[in-house]
Amino acid sequence: MSAPRLEIDALTVRFGGLAAVDDVSFAVASGTVHGLIGPNGAGKTTMFNLISGLVPPSAGAIRLDGERIDALPSWGRARRGLARTFQNIRMFQDMSALETVMTGMHSRLDESLPAALLRMGGFRKAENEALAKAWELLAFVGLADAAHRRSGDLPYGDQRRLEIARALALEPRLLLLDEPAAGMNPSETLALEALLEKLKAQGLTILLVEHDMHFVMRLCDEITVLNFGRKISEGAPHMVRADPVVVEAYLGAKVARSLEAPQ
Amino acid sequence: MPEFIDDFLFTYQTLVYSLGINGLLALSMYVVLALGQLSLGQAAFMGMGAYVSALLTVKIGAPFLLVLLAAMLVPALAALIVGAPTLRLSGVYLALATIGLGEVQRIFFLNSELTGGALGLSGIPMKGGLVSIYGSLGLALVAFIFVARSKIGRAMEAMREDELAAGALGVDLPAYKLAALVVSAMLAGLAGALNAHVTSFISPEDYGFHAAVSILSYALLGGIGSPFAPVLGAFILTLLPEVLRSLADFRGVVNGAIIVLVVIFMPRGLMTWRMGRIGASTRRPS
Repeated sequence: MSAPRLEIDALTVRFGGLAAVDDVSFAVASGTVHGLIGPNGAGKTTMFNLISGLVPPSAGAIRLDGERIDALPSWGRARRGLARTFQNIRMFQDMSALETVMTGMHSRLDESLPAALLRMGGFRKAENEALAKAWELLAFVGLADAAHRRSGDLPYGDQRRLEIARALALEPRLLLLDEPAAGMNPSETLALEALLEKLKAQGLTILLVEHDMHFVMRLCDEITVLNFGRKISEGAPHMVRADPVVVEAYLGAKVARSLEAPQ
Repeated sequence: MPEFIDDFLFTYQTLVYSLGINGLLALSMYVVLALGQLSLGQAAFMGMGAYVSALLTVKIGAPFLLVLLAAMLVPALAALIVGAPTLRLSGVYLALATIGLGEVQRIFFLNSELTGGALGLSGIPMKGGLVSIYGSLGLALVAFIFVARSKIGRAMEAMREDELAAGALGVDLPAYKLAALVVSAMLAGLAGALNAHVTSFISPEDYGFHAAVSILSYALLGGIGSPFAPVLGAFILTLLPEVLRSLADFRGVVNGAIIVLVVIFMPRGLMTWRMGRIGASTRRPS
């Protein structure tokens, strides 16, 4: 069998005496949507920061398609096809939505400094192709009408979708979504879910952190549960929501019952 | 040339040269600020260019183009040496290191026989002029406009807005920071060389901390939304003392007050227009 898209191998990070992530291992299979859940402070965002290279691990390994990436800086990992969004949206406020998406293509775009300075044919071609792709991506996330608007002026839900478009511009092998539905109203959440379903249908591998359990249970193929930095459970959604350890630590009996009910 | 232009140039020659040179210095500041870094070494790089060029011209009689080239390469090397270790860190380290560079250099110029000590170097031939100064400024402006409207310009703005997000999108942060500092040192060195070759006299005190802050204030006053903005700032701050000449001893006060007011009430500078970052027509495809 080929290597999993992402492999977390005995990963540990300590901040002083606290092990924010403690000897956690799991794998994300290619083409699946994988959920990372757990109570606040369980280490989910720290895990994302470890995977994307914002926090160096104390021990353990991270492999992308079998290759170790844990020594690479964040931009090195991005070049290998790792894209992410952030829990608190990180927008380039003054850029237009179109420019924001094109910024996401940075590592895929072949524009050398001399070519840009002399406005050579190759540069124009690259820039026009990038632009066409940016329009497509904006249309894909439903923001084509906002293409020329200042990113920072877009409504919250649109900024979330723009951030996803910017990450998709990287042509990722693995997309990390940190609480994509946070702060969204129910109709925005539904639109987001439809968008992620489309990406899933295209075969994109996604790892996501999310607190909306109905959303997670519907979308994910596989779920890993963290608590106090440790992995306490993993498996298919119906297994995880029935796991007494998960009900005890995170879901609570009431939510667990509501998740059993047909929707 | 029509006679009135000749007359004008004769009367205001020094001022006309200063405008162009300070415009170049403002652009050298802009490259660094445009990706969210702060260097206070622009005056040091300028001084390096001035001294290197003056020595090459006076002592060896090297051809002017070669002199200008050397005046760009030496500061570029210094920028590499100072930048490589400090730019891996974030925050104020670059600003601190570049202040240090300026002081070390000033004290070296003051005490070295070669550079004429506190007296500086004089009798530098007038090899610079309108063509070399405004030609350089024009070329630099066009280059910056083209670079801004490319993936490099987008990466630079992304870094300024949110370095972490830019890195996560694949922007090699240390490489960009170092390249910006090197380019900025080259421009400042060129400005220094041109200045030395139109004023015929240079001394260590021209390139101290005071000059570094002046160069910074060009970009602060003008803004950094486009390459035009810092040049506008340089023009205004160069002209202002001339316009305020009637205030005699108080013109420094008015000059300073204007900067304070702009920083407080117009934090994005006088020219807030932001240039687009895409090098193609952005019309929606049908």
